[in-house]
Amino acid sequence: MAEQIIFYVLAIVIVVFSILSVTSRRILRAATYLLFVLLATAGLYLLMGYQFLFGVQISVYAGGIMVLYIFSILLTSHAGDNAKKVSWKKLLPAGFAAVAGFALCGHIIFHNVYKVVEAVATEPTMKEIGTAMMGTGKNQYLLPFEAISILLLACIIGGIMIARKR
Amino acid sequence: MMSTIPLAAYLILTAIMFFAGVYGFLSRRNMLTILMSLELMLNAADINFVVFNKYLYPGQLDGAFFALFAIGVSAAETAIAIAIIINIYRNIKNIYVDEVSKMKY
Amino acid sequence: MMSYTLIIVVLPLLMFLFLGLLGSKMKPVVAGIIGTIGMSAVTLLSWFTAATYFFSVGKVGETFQAIVPINFEWLRFTDKLHIDLGILLDPISVMMLVVITTVSLMVHIYSFGYMKGERGFQRYYALLSLFSFSMLGLVVATNIFQMYIFWELVGVSSYSLIGFYYTKPSAVAASKKAFIVTRFADLFFLIGILLLSFYSGTFSFDALTAPTGSILGKTITDTFMGWSVISWAMMLIFIGGAGKSAMLPFHIWLPDAMEGPTPVSALIHAATMVVAGVFLVARMFPVYYFGAPEVLTIISYIGAATALFAAIVACTQTDIKRVLAFSTISQIAYMITALGVSGYGGHEGLGYMASMFHLFTHAFFKALLFLGAGAVIHAVHSNEMDSMGGLRKYLPITHITFLIACLSISGIPPFSGFFSKDEILVAAFDQNKFVFASLYISAGLTAFYMFRLYYRIFWGNSNKVYKHTPHESPVSMSIPLIFLATLTLVVGMIPFSEFISSDKTVFHTHIEWSIASMSILVGVVGIVLATVMYRKENSLPDKIATTFKVLYTSAYHKFYFDEVWMFVTQKVIFNGISKPIAWFDRHVVDGFMNLQSTATNYVSRKIKFVQSGEIQDYAWAFIMGTVVIISLLIFI
Repeated sequence: MAEQIIFYVLAIVIVVFSILSVTSRRILRAATYLLFVLLATAGLYLLMGYQFLFGVQISVYAGGIMVLYIFSILLTSHAGDNAKKVSWKKLLPAGFAAVAGFALCGHIIFHNVYKVVEAVATEPTMKEIGTAMMGTGKNQYLLPFEAISILLLACIIGGIMIARKR
Repeated sequence: MMSTIPLAAYLILTAIMFFAGVYGFLSRRNMLTILMSLELMLNAADINFVVFNKYLYPGQLDGAFFALFAIGVSAAETAIAIAIIINIYRNIKNIYVDEVSKMKY
Repeated sequence: MMSYTLIIVVLPLLMFLFLGLLGSKMKPVVAGIIGTIGMSAVTLLSWFTAATYFFSVGKVGETFQAIVPINFEWLRFTDKLHIDLGILLDPISVMMLVVITTVSLMVHIYSFGYMKGERGFQRYYALLSLFSFSMLGLVVATNIFQMYIFWELVGVSSYSLIGFYYTKPSAVAASKKAFIVTRFADLFFLIGILLLSFYSGTFSFDALTAPTGSILGKTITDTFMGWSVISWAMMLIFIGGAGKSAMLPFHIWLPDAMEGPTPVSALIHAATMVVAGVFLVARMFPVYYFGAPEVLTIISYIGAATALFAAIVACTQTDIKRVLAFSTISQIAYMITALGVSGYGGHEGLGYMASMFHLFTHAFFKALLFLGAGAVIHAVHSNEMDSMGGLRKYLPITHITFLIACLSISGIPPFSGFFSKDEILVAAFDQNKFVFASLYISAGLTAFYMFRLYYRIFWGNSNKVYKHTPHESPVSMSIPLIFLATLTLVVGMIPFSEFISSDKTVFHTHIEWSIASMSILVGVVGIVLATVMYRKENSLPDKIATTFKVLYTSAYHKFYFDEVWMFVTQKVIFNGISKPIAWFDRHVVDGFMNLQSTATNYVSRKIKFVQSGEIQDYAWAFIMGTVVIISLLIFI
């Protein structure tokens, strides 16, 4: 019971703020709404029992990426600026694509996902996550871990190279 | 403990989030807002992974790890994208997408 | 046996390649000497072949056998149909070998003096060798397709030699006209060959003309528009021969071909190439006689008409080479007519024998006439009769030899022309009175115009003042004249029927004095008339010309045949056929191709806006594409 209430609250938050984020004409407001969406998503993870993921979402997304966005918004535009009104000629195809896609997905969901799946609530412990992350056997993720660290390294260097002052 | 929220509810939620992101991607002028819509889409996909992991493969952790790494990759990609946008801003003094459409007929 | 005859055909080819490729590196005189030496070797070899063939190995009983020293397969179409290359020795081919090589040798020697100092001397000798090779290959052909190949080669050599002075527009035009007219006729020749070989399954002369062979041995009943296909094939083959031999209406190229150097006219357009058509009919004679006799009748009528026509026109021409050209046309028509009225076998085949005899003698005296005309042109530097007169004082050798040739062509005994012409008249008289009448009148006209020519050049205006005194030709030019004059005197005595006859069996002939006296009479009448009108300069010719003004003018313009042909080609063929086809090619065929490119351009211009450069457009296409494809997968 409590679970359902929490779920519906989070769901409403996500829906409302995501739509507001994509339609708002003031950039900082859009960024803020996005922040709320990300926080609500983290809440969803927690609701489902993945605490580690909850922590990662908050720290990386809400804490790191959103800050990055705010920095760049303030760097590249005068913060009080309003974006120009976009003509409806541009909005129409966008809306059409979004609605068409949503209809398709809805159709698939309603025809294929037909049961209330009874899930067993096993919350993964940190120990499990730790061993899975650093293990080399089946279903264990050492190699992707190393790979993503290289990716991050490349990213750092690339970012510096692209954005350095000449 | 059994969960009482149907799988379909989660999926509809993420579908709404995803297609809101699509709408935002296609209709915005400022490059940064486009990137923000992109984040919306990525997050919707991450939720999907976790949800499927929980409902269809309860004993394993694959979905959660996938979402984990997806978050990491998305962070890296956002950083680079913003670096590029900063570069563009330095060159043409604004960051509207219709200004950078030189690779055309 | 007799495989040395291969040298006769191949040596001129080697001479051509040698002189053609290396000629510019050597001095002209050297090229001329090499060419002449080669030709003399070939001439001696062919005389030797003739002696061997006619006197020792050829004759079996009373019949001559065909000897085939070499015959190898060159190109195979089907099991039975293949083109061979080979040498066939047979009375008429051996005779032709002698004629061609002798006249060619005379021309080679003569050209030393005539073409001295001309540009392209080496090229000239190379082309002469090429021509000799082609003509020799033509006459020894073992099958009709080989003959066709060499036929075309002869046409090419003729084209190159007529257009020898390629900087003169009239020479270029004349060479093109010769080649195109003969090529047009050769189209019919080819169709005839194909028809014939389709029904007989072979190209070889042996198989075609043998009495039990593929054509004559079986009855072929296919007909087309009332005539049997064999008649059509032989008619088409004759048309091909008519083109080469300048029969009506294809004669238009021969007068213009006189633009070439005079020795070339002597060799090609008097003695050898133009008789190729006669030779072809003679080769295929059994098929003509047994398989398509109605075609023979048509041949005799065409020949008779041509002879008369050419003789009339020759009476009015003023360019001495043109007179000789029309004379050639007329004499070849005699040969063809003789074949047309001939029977088969022994004395019945008198026309055949007479035709070949006339070919033999005509080659010598016509070559003599042309070479003599060349000497005259060389002396006065002009072709027109008006600038000549009284030359007998200045050119004695030329004068005597020319006179001998004129007497021969007019049919006065004991010169050779009398014997051959007489046989033709006898054969015609027995067969068809109309044809005989036409030939008889032409004989009179021949004597008239030849002596008109003779008097205008050597007598006429005896006190004509020349700017440069004409001098006698050098030795290199006089020797051939003397040699050919000797031959003209002598060859009449050869009992030709002992060697050549329609079925290769010898028979005996004797002079039939009733016809002979008639022909001598008409010749003498012609000579006397010419003497009266032209020996001294007087106004009689002009008065006659004005009395018969219409006839004279149309004869002078060669009865407007050139204009008619021009009309046909320009108005009918060019406007009616070529222009529409050209239009079709330019607008439909090319237009289709251009349309494709224009359409591609148009479409690309219309759809290039898809590449707008806007990221969101691309993303939209991406998303919509995915949606569409997934919907397709789900719902279909």
